[in-house]
Amino acid sequence: MRILSIKDILFKRLLFVAALLILLICAGIVYTLVSGSYGTFVRFGFFHFITSTAWNPTIGHENYGALSFIVGTLLTAFVALLLCLPFSLPVALFTGEYFRGKKIASIISSVINLLAGIPSIVYGLWGFYTLRPIMNHLGWGQQGFGLLTSAIVLAIMIIPYASSLSSEFISMVPKDLKESAYSLGATRLEVIKNVTFPVAGMGIFASYVLALGRALGETMAVTMLIGNTNNLPTSITSTGNTMASIIANQFGEADGLKLSSLIALGLLLFLITAIINFIGKMIMKKFAA
Amino acid sequence: MNYRLIKDKIFFGCICFLSSLTVIPLVAIIWQLVKRGYRQINWDFFTKTAPSTLDAMLAKSNGTLISGGIANGITGTLLMVAMASAIAIPVGIFAGIYLEERPNTAFSNTVRFLTDLLQGIPSIILGIIAYAWVVKSLGSYSALAGATSLFIMMLPLIVRSTEETLKMLPVSMKESALALGAPYWAVMLKVMLPSAFGGLFIGILLAISRVIGETAPLMLTALGSTAVNWDVTEPTSAVPLLIWQFYNDPNLVDLIWSSSLFLMILILILNIIAKQVAKKWRIQ
Repeated sequence: MRILSIKDILFKRLLFVAALLILLICAGIVYTLVSGSYGTFVRFGFFHFITSTAWNPTIGHENYGALSFIVGTLLTAFVALLLCLPFSLPVALFTGEYFRGKKIASIISSVINLLAGIPSIVYGLWGFYTLRPIMNHLGWGQQGFGLLTSAIVLAIMIIPYASSLSSEFISMVPKDLKESAYSLGATRLEVIKNVTFPVAGMGIFASYVLALGRALGETMAVTMLIGNTNNLPTSITSTGNTMASIIANQFGEADGLKLSSLIALGLLLFLITAIINFIGKMIMKKFAA
Repeated sequence: MNYRLIKDKIFFGCICFLSSLTVIPLVAIIWQLVKRGYRQINWDFFTKTAPSTLDAMLAKSNGTLISGGIANGITGTLLMVAMASAIAIPVGIFAGIYLEERPNTAFSNTVRFLTDLLQGIPSIILGIIAYAWVVKSLGSYSALAGATSLFIMMLPLIVRSTEETLKMLPVSMKESALALGAPYWAVMLKVMLPSAFGGLFIGILLAISRVIGETAPLMLTALGSTAVNWDVTEPTSAVPLLIWQFYNDPNLVDLIWSSSLFLMILILILNIIAKQVAKKWRIQ
């Protein structure tokens, strides 16, 4: 057997420490979020905090609840997911099925990748100066601000995440399955409907779950377009706030109970995205195996 | 032609049409940035700091170009991304090697799971974390705090790209190096890592291009500054932070386009380099 030199032992220790650091960072994040939001949960109670729509920072009458923001977050994210579907699914079929391996497919995927590279704040600017006037003109939202405006921009932002992953799953569908369907006289559409989707379905579903996870935590673009009002949204065109956007808006000037409540919102957002991502990864793992 | 074939053709047409529509937002955004931003990009843009609101207002009322630039943002971004990379790259690579070397232990699986978790955390939450860890302990907003949030963002990306790249290398390579009597550390650092260079480099570039446009976490940590600042314990600006600041100031709002254009070009360049490297270093 080889005798490990001191250098080798040190090197292996170093590798272990690096891996350990990831564990420590995660533990630290959870600890910081929980201990930071402790004050809020003690004062209002966890259940009351997540079911209350109050957001009153007046000293003496301080009362904070997360429901408006939870609803705002889920609503924008799900609407964004619905809106992105009619574009990301065709793109996935375009690059993963119809033109797989062709030059045109790689051009489209480069465009999609670039879409993923645009910073959130630039999407926000575009939404503010281009989309908002259009929405205003249509009479949707308050001067064009609102959940729907942010959801549309969010939809564009998550197209890359949804389409590139599902494209991979679509291109992984075994060739012999598709070819046997063709040999029976099926058209391409019928093959897609009866072979590709049933086989790759779970994988495609998982990519949309992961895209949802992205949409939930998106901050800047939403902050610039949602209108930033702290009430429960009554319709899809009304203004509101998401968990991420209220943190971005109010964290700077917050202290005491308000800071604690914002951190509690951060903890909730963390939990929601972690669960969504976990579900997506689990489905994907099951599908791959 | 029969009905099924027509349906098939229509479906194909729809797919092509809807796919090509996705090009529109990209073109629209870049066109808007170029059209409204190119005039501001000159020598001053890179060497001077952002003008005061008053100067900008005067320039605007005189109908001249707003003088000054975003030097404070460029240096701040450079400083914070460099600090974040300086820690995230070695730690990420080492952790990636660890995961690749021990693929199936309980500890590795836990770390891998946590890496995925870390990658999914919304960036604003990392802002809160860096605020609690660094801003609170130092008592002031700082470049160090900003770099901490960016570091946590970059780390999982680098870990996963390192692991994936190393996985693709043939086992025989490691075995032959060990058989030649090379010590383990040398095999990893001098044989495996250089062979995986392409993949690692792409991972690093993409991680940098991910964090370079991040605004939300920096708002809670670096805060921003009107002057060029190299002191890591002081509030520091960054290009995306400046865009946010200009956006909120009606006199400076014209500067958002040039700053965004600059940011986009930077990200574009990083992506193009990554693509070229990917072409050249593809592992067979």
